[in-house]
Amino acid sequence: MSSHPELSSFSRRHLGPEANDVALMLEHLGVPSLDALIDATVPESIRLRNLLDLPQSADEAAALAEIKTLAGKNKMARSYLGTGYYDCHTPPVILRNILENPGWYTAYTPYQAEIAQGRLEALLNFQTMVTDLTALDVANASLLDEATAAAEAMSLAHGSKPGAHRFFVADNVHPQTLSLLKTRGEPLGFEIVTGPWQSAPIDDSFFGALVQYPATDGLIEDYREFAGRVHQVGAIFVVAADILALTMLRPPGEFGADIAIGSTQRFGVPLGYGGPHAAYMAVKDSLKRRLPGRLIGVSKDADGKPALRLSLQTREQHIRRDKATSNICTAQVLLAVMASMYAVYHGPAGLRAIAQRVHRLTAAAAETMRAAGHQVHHENFFDTLRITPQGLKADEILFRAEAEDILLRDFGNGSIGLSLDETVTLDDLNELLEIFGAAPVVKVYAVELPKIHQRSGQILAHPVFNTHHTETEMMRYLRKLEGRDLALNHSMIPLGSCTMKLNSAAEMVPVTWPEFGQIHPFAPLSHTAGYTELFLQLEAWLAEITGFAAVSLQPNAGSQGEYAGLLVIRAYHHNRGEAHRDVCLIPTSAHGTNPASAVMAGMKVVGVACDDQGNVDLQDLRVKVQQHQSSIAALMVTYPSTHGVFEEAIREACDVVHQAGGMVYMDGANLNAQVGLCRPGDIGADVCHLNLHKTFCIPHGGGGPGMGPIGVAAHLAPFLPGHSLVKTGGEKAIGEVSAAPWGSASILPISWMYIRMMGAQGLLDATKIAILNANYIAKRLENHFPVLYKGKNGFVAHECILDVREWKQRAGIEVEDIAKRLMDYGFHAPTMSWPVPGTLMVEPTESESLAELDRFCDAMLSLHGELVAIEQGKMDKTDNPLKNAPHTAESVVSDHWPHSYSRETAAYPLPWLRENKFWPHVRRVDNVYGDRNLFCSCLPVETTA
Amino acid sequence: MNVPEPLRYAESHEWISLDGEIGTVGITDHAQNELTDIVYVDPPKIGATLVAGQPAAVVESVKAASDIYSPVDGVVLEVNEALSNDPALVNTSPYEQGWLFKVKLSTPSQVDALKDAAAYRSQIGS
Repeated sequence: MSSHPELSSFSRRHLGPEANDVALMLEHLGVPSLDALIDATVPESIRLRNLLDLPQSADEAAALAEIKTLAGKNKMARSYLGTGYYDCHTPPVILRNILENPGWYTAYTPYQAEIAQGRLEALLNFQTMVTDLTALDVANASLLDEATAAAEAMSLAHGSKPGAHRFFVADNVHPQTLSLLKTRGEPLGFEIVTGPWQSAPIDDSFFGALVQYPATDGLIEDYREFAGRVHQVGAIFVVAADILALTMLRPPGEFGADIAIGSTQRFGVPLGYGGPHAAYMAVKDSLKRRLPGRLIGVSKDADGKPALRLSLQTREQHIRRDKATSNICTAQVLLAVMASMYAVYHGPAGLRAIAQRVHRLTAAAAETMRAAGHQVHHENFFDTLRITPQGLKADEILFRAEAEDILLRDFGNGSIGLSLDETVTLDDLNELLEIFGAAPVVKVYAVELPKIHQRSGQILAHPVFNTHHTETEMMRYLRKLEGRDLALNHSMIPLGSCTMKLNSAAEMVPVTWPEFGQIHPFAPLSHTAGYTELFLQLEAWLAEITGFAAVSLQPNAGSQGEYAGLLVIRAYHHNRGEAHRDVCLIPTSAHGTNPASAVMAGMKVVGVACDDQGNVDLQDLRVKVQQHQSSIAALMVTYPSTHGVFEEAIREACDVVHQAGGMVYMDGANLNAQVGLCRPGDIGADVCHLNLHKTFCIPHGGGGPGMGPIGVAAHLAPFLPGHSLVKTGGEKAIGEVSAAPWGSASILPISWMYIRMMGAQGLLDATKIAILNANYIAKRLENHFPVLYKGKNGFVAHECILDVREWKQRAGIEVEDIAKRLMDYGFHAPTMSWPVPGTLMVEPTESESLAELDRFCDAMLSLHGELVAIEQGKMDKTDNPLKNAPHTAESVVSDHWPHSYSRETAAYPLPWLRENKFWPHVRRVDNVYGDRNLFCSCLPVETTA
Repeated sequence: MNVPEPLRYAESHEWISLDGEIGTVGITDHAQNELTDIVYVDPPKIGATLVAGQPAAVVESVKAASDIYSPVDGVVLEVNEALSNDPALVNTSPYEQGWLFKVKLSTPSQVDALKDAAAYRSQIGS
């Protein structure tokens, strides 16, 4: 028991408005109490009337102490497990200035390019690093993990040869990759053929082939001839390549790869018991338009200066919906930034030195193993050896190693794998060799790979990889980029549907503890008792919050949660002998990932209309259910609706679907309006995914990581995802949907801390305040900007849609102009043109104070004044501060000021900006130019000057 | 909005001009205007068999990626190579330099079922 419970309570730190503010806001709304507001907003029929059954809230110090105890139950072993995951040193300058820095981790996806040039540059460095090391033409800015990257490559390959149905996966790929490809291929009707690549039966029925480089057991192979065979049938050759090995090895682009994929984890990102890490994908130029995920491109701004932006956004599922071939949305930005900075900091020589050291130690180990009589399987390796011990049994060695907290890979058949990494010291190695009865390594020699496997020429020649090698330079480079980005440490980011709430320091602290970070995802469960306990508690809490029987923590993004949930529904129908159920009903208002996920899960999408209020049209739902009666697999529905309203008829909608034998999938994007007030499971959903990076405080990381666990009702629990290497999931588990058994395990402590510190009452208060904040904004602005959708008593849920469409007619101003002008006022724009084109959707969250809400409203009202001035001809129709927004410092101090309004109007439209001004680094970015002239790596130096 | 007389139009905003059995297909002035600046055209493969009303190509602007439907059945003879370097031709010259592909019609009479300029004009309300 704390001596000052009031003062130390965490919820008072998490919630924006204080008690007297709440009273003022309620008065403004004309509502007598917070409970009265909630009663008028949330339909009585779905209300949860008791407090959630969660542990009593703990204050920050107590919660940190408790999680420290959990962390202490994890065993930090010396891991040689490899299999795609390698320990590494996170350079402290990167740890402190990126991973532990809210300036980087609280930013949103860089859709508003002008206030995101810092991380866009870091991501462009990432793309440059990947294209350079793979020797391919274009790379994207990260995928979720290596196995799902392989699945994305498979889909891309199929897209370029849609008539074929077979995909070859060499038996030398990491086992979790093969298993995940089976999960992903089956609903799409792909046949995964596996075996040695040398005897692969490649014929015209194949659309692609995947090999590992170096192989999962360490061998470096020459794939040139195989690439030729794959290309002969018009199929796509995919290489899963180790990023560190590529600094020394002949790159995939030089032996025929069309696509290279892999993980960048070992570039300074902790193991984290499986993630989060950034995967990469690089392709030949001819495939660039089909590249899934986010792609950073170079364009120019209104002044003609180079400016970065997200390119080719129209290919994304947002737009393509059920025609998209991928549902990936969230990337792994924060981790991609870290990996790119690892390359920036070490530079080409440093990276090569790290790789060579690993290689030399591995070679030295091989030599003394051979001398001790053990069979070392391969001559050509980088960091991994496969050894069949002689004189000692493999089991005996594995047992002895584990007893000394050394983890080795068991290949079965009496052979053992060991993978080295940059953290392995000579002492570590000799300790390992002793277990094998081999002589210690005394001296390490330079070793040469056969010419055919050697990389020739420079790597990473761009100046950015050759400049920031001292800590001072690096620290300043990171600060320079950070300063170009608007994150939550500057102002509210009121993005509708994104829930940009506080990511508290106490929640973040455990993430970088080595007891959570230095754990290999395939470590034995006996080493991970702390994690196991944390998972069990978190699963139980999330189940209580959602009203479900069971939770899977595996999906490592919201889109992955959708996909996993639909696969679980599919497995349920199949298990009941109803495999014919394949229709997924999706309201037209749904987020674009919904239809994309449904198609990936082998379902046909049937749209359901929405009424004028943005609610699911029950009449149309009944008609569609009638039409597809026995084929209904699922309804996907977002609640509260994507229009920010608690729909009255949600239970009825669920009933209609259930009566037809279908399941209800609830998209948890808007769960922040539900926690403690109502529960998906009680409303009638069978599955729901939870965006832990929205509702449960995992920071957005500038565009990832995310986490998308799913909760399910009891009848679906047996089908929760399993894993090929670690037992998890239900007894009739679907295959893995993420590479690691618990997805991005190392960020789960964030959500654990949040729930632990808030408790049932705190969580309930948070939801109420989130609804209050949204209604306060709606009320303050509604006389100037119509609020589009409201519930029956005139209130919105946790977000509101501001209609600015009329201003196109009245003043020639479009929603984008308003979004860009908000930057001059120091705000990130609300969600633009979604779910209704030409509008702004505002979600303040519970963490924003009344003062900040007022600043935002004042900015919107001031902007309204500008709109009126344009309409009335007091400002020019084309040369006005909205059309020219945003304004950079450079543009307003320039001797050349050709505009019809003042510099002060441009930069300081409201008084408080004088003491807290955010300067966009570039002016309006030219989207058309960028997409027409696609350029996706660092510019040559002469053009950046 | 420009809707030239001799062309035939599909409800989904493609136009076709006929020279014997060979049709040239593009998108209308109205369509390019709605899509705004075109940034990329993904043409059909030469030799591909097209079915009337089925997707044949994709046109991307910064706002949308839209399927372009073939107005007729047939086989693709030629695609407009100029668009790969200059997709803006679809905006600046939708009926001439911005054509998308040429198709050998398997059933030339299908063209008769398409709209004439007057009917298309009334569809788009111009």
